[in-house]
Amino acid sequence: MLRDTIHRALRPVRPWMVYTLGALPALLLVVDVFTGNLGVDPVKTIEHRVGEVALQLIVAGLCITPLRRFAGLNLIRFRRQIGVLAFVYAALHLLVWITLDLQFRWSEIGADLVKRPYIIVGFAAFLMLLPLAVTSNNAAIRRMGAAAWQRLHWLTYPAAMLAGLHFIMLVKAWPAEPLIYMGAILALLGLRLIPRAAPRRVPA
Amino acid sequence: MAQRYNSGLGWADVTPKAGWLNRRQLMMTMGAALAASPALAATGPYSTDEAPNSLEDITGYNNFYEFGFDKTDPAAHAGKLTTSPWAVEVDGLVDRPGSYDLGDLLKGLPVEERIYRFRCVEAWSMIIPWNGVQLSHVLDRVGVQPGAKFVQFTSLARPEEMPGVKAGLLDWPYREGLRMDEAMHPLTLLATGIYGEPMPNQNGAPIRLVVPWKYGFKSAKSLVKITLTDRMPYTTWNALQPKEYGFYANVNPEVDHPRWSQASERRIGAGLFASRVDTQKFNGYGDLVADLYKGQDLARDY
Repeated sequence: MLRDTIHRALRPVRPWMVYTLGALPALLLVVDVFTGNLGVDPVKTIEHRVGEVALQLIVAGLCITPLRRFAGLNLIRFRRQIGVLAFVYAALHLLVWITLDLQFRWSEIGADLVKRPYIIVGFAAFLMLLPLAVTSNNAAIRRMGAAAWQRLHWLTYPAAMLAGLHFIMLVKAWPAEPLIYMGAILALLGLRLIPRAAPRRVPA
Repeated sequence: MAQRYNSGLGWADVTPKAGWLNRRQLMMTMGAALAASPALAATGPYSTDEAPNSLEDITGYNNFYEFGFDKTDPAAHAGKLTTSPWAVEVDGLVDRPGSYDLGDLLKGLPVEERIYRFRCVEAWSMIIPWNGVQLSHVLDRVGVQPGAKFVQFTSLARPEEMPGVKAGLLDWPYREGLRMDEAMHPLTLLATGIYGEPMPNQNGAPIRLVVPWKYGFKSAKSLVKITLTDRMPYTTWNALQPKEYGFYANVNPEVDHPRWSQASERRIGAGLFASRVDTQKFNGYGDLVADLYKGQDLARDY
């Protein structure tokens, strides 16, 4: 079965290797900077590419639970790394906005953070990811207790919706791409609303 | 094509062609030698002395939704556009309405070379060396009637050559408009070329409007119709999102777009670390155009 094949193939993959894979988009970007391969508007290209990788990782993270529940595919041991990478790329996105795009114009940055809905929405998503990244370690789970830790990590859901909304709010007209991301996020969250079947009664 | 409307001298006379073709590549190969080369000379009172963007920048980064939403779509898809023959219909409140062959419409009119700042409503900007005729000269030729108060411009919408038109991305054809005094202003250009070469397809060949003190979306491309009218005409972006895109759309750092700031802009081609500059009111053309809006509240008439 495909599922078992995937499980077998992934057996030698250690969770830390996800970080190696996750570094590739950033490395590719660095290569493109030095080869002048970023097009006419390199700042926008960098900003959009790291933002989009963050969004893709958020979507990937949201896939883990439905894949296990509906396809029997268990990738849960990679979820923490995916989540941490999503945070790292979101942080890079914010950093590029402050440094390369707004170029440390703090008064404009400050005005944007209180006045611009798409900036507020994006920044709120980032702030929600922050405590999740900080508590993405076994020590935090032990300290907080599993139930409280899980409650905190439900922040993933509003963060994902805000990240998708952030993309939609910054485009003119209605290009397909941001709508596809939002659709995927809403669908993956919607799958979680499907009630689980009542536990099968074990014959006495 | 558009070259036949040009005077003898071109941009090539003041800047080495390799320089405007690809300044970035040139910098990599020539390094400091570029710094010693003479700057592009500004021609006439309306041109800025700022260094123009390379042709690569100008032709590789376009909003021309008839060819798709992406900035690189026009360069990828506009090659198919047929620009000859080209007719421009002139109708409405004019003495000599009709369908004009482009060559006849512009014949004998002086072709100007103008280096203009170009500021997009998306808060990026370029410096573009246009060639073109003043719109006022063309309007004088067709004879504007006293009752005309506005001009509407209609762009080509040809689905078989324009994938964005075929896909119905906007309410086609693209339409824009100016008040009569704006249309008659000497800064307002019907551009037929860039860097002395015929207008590249992705920039609005063979003829487009250029209104340098307004956001770029006012400067409609690939014009097929000019209509003189007594009322404020339908304009595409204003009809789509009236709270975001006004009829006037004058560049104004004090009036933000509802979703983003207009206080500053990214200058395309300025590199990774020096690209943001302050936006100037009327895109820096206030001395020449501010009088047109005397007594008007520009926050209301955005």
